[in-house]
Amino acid sequence: MLSVNGIHTFYGLSHILFDVSLTVSQGEIVGLLGRNGAGKSTTMRSIMGLTPPRQGTITFKAEPITRQKAFLLVRRGIAYVPDDRRVFADLSVDDNLEITFRRNEDWNKERVYDLFPVLGEIKSRRGGNLSGGEQQMLAVGRALMSSPELLLLDEPTEGLAPLIVRDLEKQILKLRETGISILLSEQNVKSALKLISRVYVIDNGRIRFEGSLADFEANEEIKKKYLMI
Amino acid sequence: MEFLSSICPPEILCQILVGLSRMTILFIVASGLTLILGVLRIPNIAHGSLYMIGAFVAFSVSKWFGGGTTGFWMAVVLAPFAVALLSLVVERGIFAHLYEREHLMLLLLTFSFALILGDLVKVVWGGEYRTVQLPGSFKGPIPVESLPIPIYNIFLVIIGPFVALGLWFFTNKTKIGKISRAAAVDREMVGAVGINVSWVFAIVFVIGCFLAGMGGALVSPIVNITLGMDHTLIMEAFLIVIMGGLGNVWGALLGALIFGLTQSLGILIWPQFGIVFPYAAAVTVLLFRPTGLLKSTW
Repeated sequence: MLSVNGIHTFYGLSHILFDVSLTVSQGEIVGLLGRNGAGKSTTMRSIMGLTPPRQGTITFKAEPITRQKAFLLVRRGIAYVPDDRRVFADLSVDDNLEITFRRNEDWNKERVYDLFPVLGEIKSRRGGNLSGGEQQMLAVGRALMSSPELLLLDEPTEGLAPLIVRDLEKQILKLRETGISILLSEQNVKSALKLISRVYVIDNGRIRFEGSLADFEANEEIKKKYLMI
Repeated sequence: MEFLSSICPPEILCQILVGLSRMTILFIVASGLTLILGVLRIPNIAHGSLYMIGAFVAFSVSKWFGGGTTGFWMAVVLAPFAVALLSLVVERGIFAHLYEREHLMLLLLTFSFALILGDLVKVVWGGEYRTVQLPGSFKGPIPVESLPIPIYNIFLVIIGPFVALGLWFFTNKTKIGKISRAAAVDREMVGAVGINVSWVFAIVFVIGCFLAGMGGALVSPIVNITLGMDHTLIMEAFLIVIMGGLGNVWGALLGALIFGLTQSLGILIWPQFGIVFPYAAAVTVLLFRPTGLLKSTW
């Protein structure tokens, strides 16, 4: 479904990603694990066209999408949840969902409120007045409103209380059941391992490990060297 | 009227009404300026020129329809649309390609547009004074006690709340308005939820310029329409926007209210230096609220 082939991404003169390649297949959750500053978010932003790569190619459903604008990617079926959530603080929960581009009727506000009942109870509250967990749910709900086929989830558990993390994990697993493919970037390896089926480990902008969950679990060296676990 | 004059001397009441009508014009123009500043982040120096073009187009339209009531109403309706059309061409042709540039660059670009539009007005309409004929129903004053208040000023005071209500409806009740509020704070994320931000910007720019044209059309029957009328207004409009809080439409309303009232009441207090009062009010506001009275979107 998604294929990233040897991308190099820069912030100004700083070279951030070096020859990063990864794939996500239909219906799977793939983990992109790494420490803070490893290049996870830049990879997500590169795929989403927000920080386009200078070299390399990205394809989605076998069509090239490298350097395409973000709004066109949403219309093709990719949705993005940034690590800092970036809900529209001045708009209500309802309006945050309403303004999102909708590709079809698969997802609507009612379905989002079914998935996250908490949001349904605070639909008129301003995005800026929500707790971290509520904002995260809203960011995921907002992304789902476009009925994506691929969801880029950037560190969804960052800064959340353990109870809320557990709740969120359940919702992410529910999403997998609906057939949405997910590329999940995480520092919280413990949480990510409950959700993913394949793993990429990134460090200093380079992919250091690629393999199944079982291979990753068995590889103590990679875990210790790049993830400190 | 007797009740009003019992609580407020008629000359002050008269000046308040004049101030409120001045406020309406300032608010209409400044709200367009602040909308563009808040959402597109463009400090549009050419906004005053669009106000001036609105007044000149109102003159031409009024003349075309033979003046009188028809001429006036056609001018008030058509001039803002003419300015909106011009702004759409400029936005799609030039600004749409430059949004990522620095504010200073955009400021200089809009300044160059102010000069170009000023010359364009000179070429099309010449340098003479023009005026739009007021329809008979708006002519003459309504006497309050012994002081007359022009009917047209009362008409302007009535128009103001409708424009404010329209802007409130646009920003709070329409999808494009909500998107523009989101884009004012985080344009990248608006793109990342599938919205073509470029067209949102175009719509907001055109609405902002429509308001400049509307201000020009409404002011055309009570001022001399002439080259240079944009200079004073753009300074006042920027001051109002800064006083109210950059990008905040309600701030523009509040700023215009302060500016309009201090200007008209200042004349009563110290006639020779009446013009100083609104500027002194702006300095006072900014001393205590450096980022403006209401929340800035910057």
